[in-house]
Amino acid sequence: MDTMSRQRAATGLALVALAVVAIVFPVVFSSPVVTNYAVYALIFIAVVTAWNMFSGFSGYISLGQAVFFGSGAYAVGIAAKAWHINGVGVFALLPLAAAVGAVIAVPFGLVALRVRRHTFIVVTIAVFFIFQLMAFNLNSFTGGTIGMSAPFLPWTPTAFNDRFYYITLACAVAAVVIAVLVRRSRFGLQLRAIKDDEDRARGLGVRAMRVKLAAFVLSATITGLVGGVWFLYLTQVLPQSGFDPLFDLSLVLMAFLGGLGTISGPIIGALLIEPGQLYLTIRYTNGYLSEILLGALFLLIVIFLPRGIVPTVGEWLRRLRTRGRPAVAPVQTSTRAETRA
Amino acid sequence: MTVLLRTDGVHKAYGGVHALDTCTVEVEEGSVAGLIGPNGSGKTTLFNVITGYAKADAGHVYLAGSNITNVSPDKVFALGIGRTFQLTRIFASLTVLENMLVASPNGRAAARRRAMDQLDFVGIAGHHAELAGTLSYGQRKLLELAYVLVADPAVILLDEPAGGVNLSLVNHIADRIRELNAAGKTFLIVEHNMEFVMGLCDRVTVLDSGTVVASGPPGIIRTDRRVLNAYLGEDLGPEQPAEDE
Amino acid sequence: MARQIYQAIVDGILVGGVYALMAVGLTLIFGVLDIINIAQGVLVILGAYLSYTLSVRIHLDLFLGLLITVPAMFVIGVVIQWAFIRRLRGRERTSMTLLVTYAVALIIEGILYEIYGPDPKQLNASYVQSSVHVFGFYLSYIYLYGFALALVLIAAIYALLYRTGFGRSVRATMQDHTAARLIGIDVNRVAALTFGVGVAVTAAGGMMFGATNAFNPNSGYDLISRLLAIIILGGLGSIGGALAASVFMLTLESLVTIWSPEWAIVVFYAALVVVLVIRPNGFFGRQPVRAQ
Repeated sequence: MDTMSRQRAATGLALVALAVVAIVFPVVFSSPVVTNYAVYALIFIAVVTAWNMFSGFSGYISLGQAVFFGSGAYAVGIAAKAWHINGVGVFALLPLAAAVGAVIAVPFGLVALRVRRHTFIVVTIAVFFIFQLMAFNLNSFTGGTIGMSAPFLPWTPTAFNDRFYYITLACAVAAVVIAVLVRRSRFGLQLRAIKDDEDRARGLGVRAMRVKLAAFVLSATITGLVGGVWFLYLTQVLPQSGFDPLFDLSLVLMAFLGGLGTISGPIIGALLIEPGQLYLTIRYTNGYLSEILLGALFLLIVIFLPRGIVPTVGEWLRRLRTRGRPAVAPVQTSTRAETRA
Repeated sequence: MTVLLRTDGVHKAYGGVHALDTCTVEVEEGSVAGLIGPNGSGKTTLFNVITGYAKADAGHVYLAGSNITNVSPDKVFALGIGRTFQLTRIFASLTVLENMLVASPNGRAAARRRAMDQLDFVGIAGHHAELAGTLSYGQRKLLELAYVLVADPAVILLDEPAGGVNLSLVNHIADRIRELNAAGKTFLIVEHNMEFVMGLCDRVTVLDSGTVVASGPPGIIRTDRRVLNAYLGEDLGPEQPAEDE
Repeated sequence: MARQIYQAIVDGILVGGVYALMAVGLTLIFGVLDIINIAQGVLVILGAYLSYTLSVRIHLDLFLGLLITVPAMFVIGVVIQWAFIRRLRGRERTSMTLLVTYAVALIIEGILYEIYGPDPKQLNASYVQSSVHVFGFYLSYIYLYGFALALVLIAAIYALLYRTGFGRSVRATMQDHTAARLIGIDVNRVAALTFGVGVAVTAAGGMMFGATNAFNPNSGYDLISRLLAIIILGGLGSIGGALAASVFMLTLESLVTIWSPEWAIVVFYAALVVVLVIRPNGFFGRQPVRAQ
């Protein structure tokens, strides 16, 4: 089929071009201010993709992703302090951040995934607040309101940002690759079936709890890892920054804008929203404009683009391509009676 | 003639409403059994109890002699009972083929081939790459039938397979059922379409208000007073002596 | 020690009445519209700020001020439902409305910050500080009035639901939207008005909350997480459940505060998690009738 291989070639070419741009980016735009934006965008791409991997595919919207993000951050901070790790060695702690995310997700998921969807969202909110509270209260462990600081890395500002750029790029690419693998697998298929009709899927033999939990844990692991990276980049974590309700809402918004359940959706959503949001935070540190705008933007998206950019654009393209074709495909002859229902 | 599927004295109440009341139904191995009755008589509830979607308040369900009462739906499926739904429940955002693959056991290429075979058998193989949500009602019914076949169940429960579809499709479905039956599958079919039931089933059981009112070959049932009473709700005179139980 | 415990129980019950006011509105909205209104927390705070403005600008008594704030919040509620929530349909509806109400909450919070700033405020009145000494316990007037107000309003809602034609429409819609439409009920109107009622009740809750706590726009988060825990424990959609759960949870928290004030709120979340494990529908929740 010629169109298929042409499409594949086009996608392949686009990916290569994208890869080149991504790799060359910090060389071209070497100013730390610009790379800062890029690092944050990549962090969000990774986390939103991870969130989408569970919530987008299964339909269970989680407003507690920050639980894993903040836990990963704190894990690195606490371990670095407890084991007196300094310098570049801190990066070895990143797998710990990922593991912490996974370990928290298991009991979290076992409790939260037994309930129906709207209760699930509320449970994630509740757990989020528990974690934020723990960060505030467990002073000796988490540093309380002062938070934790990352060990000093002897790098110049430009080199610092450049290196973190590549690290976060690696995280984002890994997250996207995993998302693609999940979507193509039978596991991903079962997740999507659960989203459409969980009871029916169960009735057809799908082990719903296992599938949901696995996706949940996977999403948490990636998020925990990225949380650790973020902590090292920012060099500090506070209870309200590691467990930030706006963070959760932003990433859900990005996923919605891009298109829930798609692969490119989270990427587009993050690229569109994060730079703007970061700009507002930097520019108006005392204002609450970003909150208002975030909320307003979300409402606009829900009203005008409820399915998100990627599916809506895909729909338009499909309509353009199939213009003029008959609505019902002509009957094919076969050995058995074909339906014309 | 062994009994493959049996419910014994099943009771199921929703609040004050007795959906099923001492419901005892037997399905012989290799037969096509029909289950009819006026609306609200409990037919779908019985299916729900058998397949684990609803818990029986009392009574038992037996498959080939072993007790499967209140077993969860995925286990019932694994034990070899497949079931379709009155209002088709398909995975709308997956393609037709993907719908089939949800239920199939592992083994990628083999699973795909089998799924395509089954789609071909029911007659919608041409639509395998389309989203299930775009299928017409009749095509969805066929997809439901195909799902059920994926795990190669021994017993198939069909809930109104001919409901709301045109005549040629009804005959098509009936033919498919006959073919599967000839290959050894046992059927229990809930239907309102009398022609369909009478023409297809070996034995028909009539349910009214959750209880079995009559059971026997189609020709007998058709003229049984109790059945007419159940449907028409009036007393048509003294009962005929029981001819079958 | 025993004295402390009894006082804590009394306090808990009284405060529970206040929370019940806010929780009942939330659970009513869920029961009829099948949505979780995350904005309820910040709407309570909005009610508090409205009462504050009336009290500070025109020196209107707090309870009298309710005559203005309650209708005002009702209108706000209807507008929110009509503008943003009504158009949400489809399978994703429940999740979407939750996110939409979260977005509305953010906007309101941002606006409140811009208008009033982040410094905490509190409502004042002569009876806020004083209390009556009964049987050796201290019952502050404001809580007594608030509890009485809660009872009155909850009774009024019950009367509305069970004694009026509108209430019948609401209950029918709660059971089954399609059936309600078929018998001629304008489901959209019922939904909008119910949302309005649910929000109007927050005006009273807001006044009470503002009189008994220092608040700023950020206080909404704390509130909504408690309210959500309460309505889930009480069973989504059950008004009696909301009342019972409010009193129960606040009393529990009040008791825990004796030993550890900072961790007391964890009691909420922990109870929520425990109950959900044992009884996924809460104490008084109905069986899941609707499909997911």
